[in-house]
Amino acid sequence: MLKNDKVKSVLLAGVGGQGILKASDIMCAVLMESGFDVKKSEVHGMAQRGGCVTSHVRYGSKVYSPLEKLGNIDIFISFEKMESLRYLPYLRKDSSIIVNSDKVYPPEVNLGSCSYPHNIIKNLKKKFGLVREVDASDLARKAGNSKTANIVLLGALSRLVEVDQKIWNHVIAKSFPEKLIKMNLTAFQMGFYA
Amino acid sequence: MKVLMSGNEAIARGVYEAGVRFAAGYPGTPSTEIMEEFSKYEGVYAEWSPNEKVAVEVAIGAALAGEKALVVMKHVGVNVAADPIFTVSYTGTNSALVIVSADDPSSHSSQNEQDNRNYAKFAKIPMLEPADAQEAKEFAKLAFALSKKFDTPVFLRSTTRVSHSKSIVKLGKPVAYQDKTAITFNPEKYVMVPALARLRRVEVEKRLEKIKQYAEIFRENKMEINDRRFGIITAGMPYNYAKEVFPDFSYLKLGMVYPLPEKLIKNFAKKVKKIYVVEELDPYLEEQIKAMGIDVIGKEIFPYTNEFDPGIIESAIKKNLKGDKFPAQKIPSRPPNLCPGCPHRGLFYVLGKQKVFVAGDIGCYTLSYMKPLQGLHSCICMGASIGMAHGMSKALKEKGKGKVVGVIGDSTFVHSGITPLLNMAYNKSDALIIICDNSTTAMTGMQEHPATGYTLQGKETKQLDLKLLVSSLGIENIKVIDPYNLKETREAIKEELEKDGPSVIISQRSCVLFKRKNYATEKPVKIDAEKCTGCKVCLGLGCPAISWKRIEPKEGSKQQGISVIDEGLCTGCGVCEQVCKFEAIS
Repeated sequence: MLKNDKVKSVLLAGVGGQGILKASDIMCAVLMESGFDVKKSEVHGMAQRGGCVTSHVRYGSKVYSPLEKLGNIDIFISFEKMESLRYLPYLRKDSSIIVNSDKVYPPEVNLGSCSYPHNIIKNLKKKFGLVREVDASDLARKAGNSKTANIVLLGALSRLVEVDQKIWNHVIAKSFPEKLIKMNLTAFQMGFYA
Repeated sequence: MKVLMSGNEAIARGVYEAGVRFAAGYPGTPSTEIMEEFSKYEGVYAEWSPNEKVAVEVAIGAALAGEKALVVMKHVGVNVAADPIFTVSYTGTNSALVIVSADDPSSHSSQNEQDNRNYAKFAKIPMLEPADAQEAKEFAKLAFALSKKFDTPVFLRSTTRVSHSKSIVKLGKPVAYQDKTAITFNPEKYVMVPALARLRRVEVEKRLEKIKQYAEIFRENKMEINDRRFGIITAGMPYNYAKEVFPDFSYLKLGMVYPLPEKLIKNFAKKVKKIYVVEELDPYLEEQIKAMGIDVIGKEIFPYTNEFDPGIIESAIKKNLKGDKFPAQKIPSRPPNLCPGCPHRGLFYVLGKQKVFVAGDIGCYTLSYMKPLQGLHSCICMGASIGMAHGMSKALKEKGKGKVVGVIGDSTFVHSGITPLLNMAYNKSDALIIICDNSTTAMTGMQEHPATGYTLQGKETKQLDLKLLVSSLGIENIKVIDPYNLKETREAIKEELEKDGPSVIISQRSCVLFKRKNYATEKPVKIDAEKCTGCKVCLGLGCPAISWKRIEPKEGSKQQGISVIDEGLCTGCGVCEQVCKFEAIS
């Protein structure tokens, strides 16, 4: 159970199709099994392929709001490199930040009408003390399939969440078909040690 | 047992736990999953009706036959269904009838953000409003009990944030289904001719008076007295936001937002010094509470528009908040886009090149208003394209000849495009209507409708023949095209625009994400870097699989870059091959 009463807020952000909702579902199941109250919120609908996706996850002994206010996210995990810059108003100086190295070009960049931002990690490090970059797709490929990058990122995130590894492993095993379990557990481990 | 559920899953569960086995609805974000989840429970009948008005009428019929019935729609669906809703309020429901209205503050996925609490007051129908998934489940049960107790339809209002947030829900034991159906006759109660409606009108007021009394003791109208200096009156999700930032304030949380418990509110006002009314959208509670003679603070500090979050409430109440604020960084936007291989792309590429006004409608294809396609010029509501195209062509007379098109999806056409098309034949229109038939309700996530030939519960059924229907409405010029074929599409549009009288083109190709009819995807196409001149014409399709790559200009060449196709995204639809003049794509 939780050591203190403070509710923690996690913001997962990225682009449609990166498996963010699946990752936040797994995370919520883990937190629930660990005895936390948990709420999560995201907006879906419209033809969201390629659009921005965010998921708020909040946990503690009693959670009211599924949404965190601006300037108060404890852990921020960006599944796409540039997207990390979109949610700065949600962050605090001491937010823990994990950024995936993967880039997904938005339409304007594809059309050549503007360029993809440079020096993203360097800029983040200037503002925030706890920034970590994870090359999730590369690790996921090593685990067996680049599509499991979301689980690599969950592994990286799990170091910041006070939950027993056994519960993570148990929930991940429940969340995938038999033949994909081993690969996802490996991906999770690789993320944890990244 | 405890499970993590979205508000929508929880509503479906609550309805099932209440022993309800009958539901009708029309898909619409954020309500869609309620019907989808409910339809999976053992022994239930659940249907997608062609539109919300039909769904309500189906549910009224079931309720009058003695069956407890649920009807589900998004906020704007209630506009479509308003006609039967206002009058079933007069007749009462015999068995129970609950109408779910899922509102969308912030218009995340809607054409407006109307506050449907107003409908409760307007139609004199009680309304419950849950704040999270656990409440969504419980309130669904309470709504059925309330409906049965007072012989009234009951609204259950959700919002996007309640419907699409997940939280822990304690499952209850479902009540066993009891078949109480029978044909009964009671024309004085159910035939709303003026003489009888006037009598029922009085009954409605009597009923409301009784429900007002009940609201005073309704267990989900809850008072929490803490710090007596500050109180908040609120309902639904904003309660959670407020509790997050002002845990020590006193609260009056209203589970029933119509009718309001006047005595309870006055009692709360006596106990607490300064009262804020915290509500998204309209000053709905505020105006009624002020009319009770109670001094409250509301919209003078809280926004009228968009959904709230804890920070919005905190900064409205506490001025001069401090903290490290990081300003948003300007980075390229990511608007939602038509998928690679989307059948709408070819059609709207062609339409965007014509000098015509394209009256649009509600569906994925609405996205083609954006650059680079720009093939759609209006979007008002479900079915509006056809009536608008007709009206515009009539108003423009000769000036509009061959210049006015209406586009509508297959599901939207069945929802509310049939009568305006009949009108076009009847009133001798001159516009061209294109039915973008992708064989599903794509935008809300692949729901069935009469022209797909399958029901919500996956049963094969009589499939509506769109061509035959259009013809029987009196439209003589009908063409069926494949929007993957640009030449065919261009020529058909040109020919039909030139003709006198109304025309219909059915642009037929199923959604690229559609599982049942997933035609084997073609091999991805490639760009021959030697042949590509960097003319950027293919970029004009706005396909997410095609991007622009800068290159160092070769000696004596001005070419700045080439187009590149992402093989992982390309579905091989071949539309870009047809726009390349240099045969660089194959």
